[in-house]
Amino acid sequence: MRALPPALLLAPALVVLAVLFGGGLVLTLAGSLGGWAPALAQARLPGAVLFSLWIAGASTALALALGCAAALLIRAGGRGTGLARALCQLVLTVPHAVGAVGLLYLVSQSGLLARGAAALGLIGGPADFPALTQDPLGLGIILHYTWKEAPFVALFALAALQGRGPGLEEAARSLGASPLRSFWHVTLPLLRPALLRAGAIAFAFAFGAWEVPQLLGGSRLLALPLLVWQRFTAADLAARPEALALAALTALISAGVAALLLRAAR
Amino acid sequence: MRPVLTAALVLGLLAPLVPLALWSVGRGWFYPALLPDFTLAPWEQVLSARSGVPAALAASAGIAAAAVALALVLGVPAGRALGLTRIRGRALIELALLAPALVPGLAVALGLHGIFLRLGLTGTAAGVVLAHLVPVLPYVVLVMAGVFAGFDPRLEDQARSLGASPLQVALHVTLPAIWPGLLAAAFFGFLVSWSQYILTLSIGSGRVVTLPLLLYAQASAGRSDLAGAVAMIGLLPGLAAMLVLHRGLTGRAPGAA
Repeated sequence: MRALPPALLLAPALVVLAVLFGGGLVLTLAGSLGGWAPALAQARLPGAVLFSLWIAGASTALALALGCAAALLIRAGGRGTGLARALCQLVLTVPHAVGAVGLLYLVSQSGLLARGAAALGLIGGPADFPALTQDPLGLGIILHYTWKEAPFVALFALAALQGRGPGLEEAARSLGASPLRSFWHVTLPLLRPALLRAGAIAFAFAFGAWEVPQLLGGSRLLALPLLVWQRFTAADLAARPEALALAALTALISAGVAALLLRAAR
Repeated sequence: MRPVLTAALVLGLLAPLVPLALWSVGRGWFYPALLPDFTLAPWEQVLSARSGVPAALAASAGIAAAAVALALVLGVPAGRALGLTRIRGRALIELALLAPALVPGLAVALGLHGIFLRLGLTGTAAGVVLAHLVPVLPYVVLVMAGVFAGFDPRLEDQARSLGASPLQVALHVTLPAIWPGLLAAAFFGFLVSWSQYILTLSIGSGRVVTLPLLLYAQASAGRSDLAGAVAMIGLLPGLAAMLVLHRGLTGRAPGAA
């Protein structure tokens, strides 16, 4: 293998990727010709874009904050932190579909939390429990993505902190910095690139994934990927170019926001 | 304060999995009962061929295994080149490998759908395997690049200079050194395919039913007990990966390359 030039070792993988990924995107763009006018005139488009930006933005922000806190907690060590790290790894391997069904059975109005609230006498019937799924704010969707992406952020942050002792933070503290100042001026700058990279990947996924809003979202406000799929599977074949234009738009926004975050990470 | 926060973290991480586990051993678990009556009926049903679960399990595992095998054949050499050598355009190649994680699979799948339709690949497991390569292959290449970045190729030179054949070098020097990383790439590549939903649905045209698709069908049919059992099965490869990799990564003598 060593006798082969690196370009030859790389070529098969890159060609396959160019054909399947690049080719798929090019064909989406090619098929979208003639579909942009109806796509941009689609009455549900602004709502879908805003809704998807909201669920992806809110869940990414929550995942970054909670994931960062979890990483610091785990790094400090102590009872139960080994278990917490193992569970972060486990959640990373759970398929989104499994997590979404689990979340549905946890937070729906007849779910486990509602039953717990009823057992404590906090609520009477299921309708007294706040609607967290099929709700207009997409809270269930945001909860799911936060649950799934915060461990990803935590493990990413732990990897970035690996090999770095608490020396710098201790120095800051011994010079009189409060824990908050030491975190803000020492730890956070160390973590910044890792957090932004993890955030880019988390945002792109939450913005473009289909199965989570499909299960946990309501029917009045569609996430953008659901609108794409609805137009793609419409009985009217003339809606295909429109669906492909909407898919290209989804890719553009997702990759655009991710690129901004990655740029800031450098 | 710390123990309370740690306990909250552990509970939060487990929370969505608890109702799934409870549903998988319950039936007719009506509001407001806090716990179901224990029964193994969902598992008996899930393990029977009529439930469609064994077939979906075979489809999921077969597709993931095929996608990983292809990704390893293509990705191990690429990872070696990327991890060991200085190549021009490296930043661009790494960006190309990251791109499939930043662009929604749906936008790729709808473009592939038309050409796969003409090639007779829609609605087939082979078509779904090819579509799954889009997220799986870059993942395997990037993991293997990291693995090879920690590999010292001079070990191979030494073995060769002692008269080892290329096959002997590969089997007795390179493979043992990269084995834990290779295992991790294989397991996590498998999991990436195992978790796919919309690529499977769009390219499989609903005819290739993997475990996540069956899970949604049961959840939306109100069969929460079967969904719970299927969801538990969905966790198994991840658990297996954690057990095997923990051993694979720590069971080696310290200092082994």
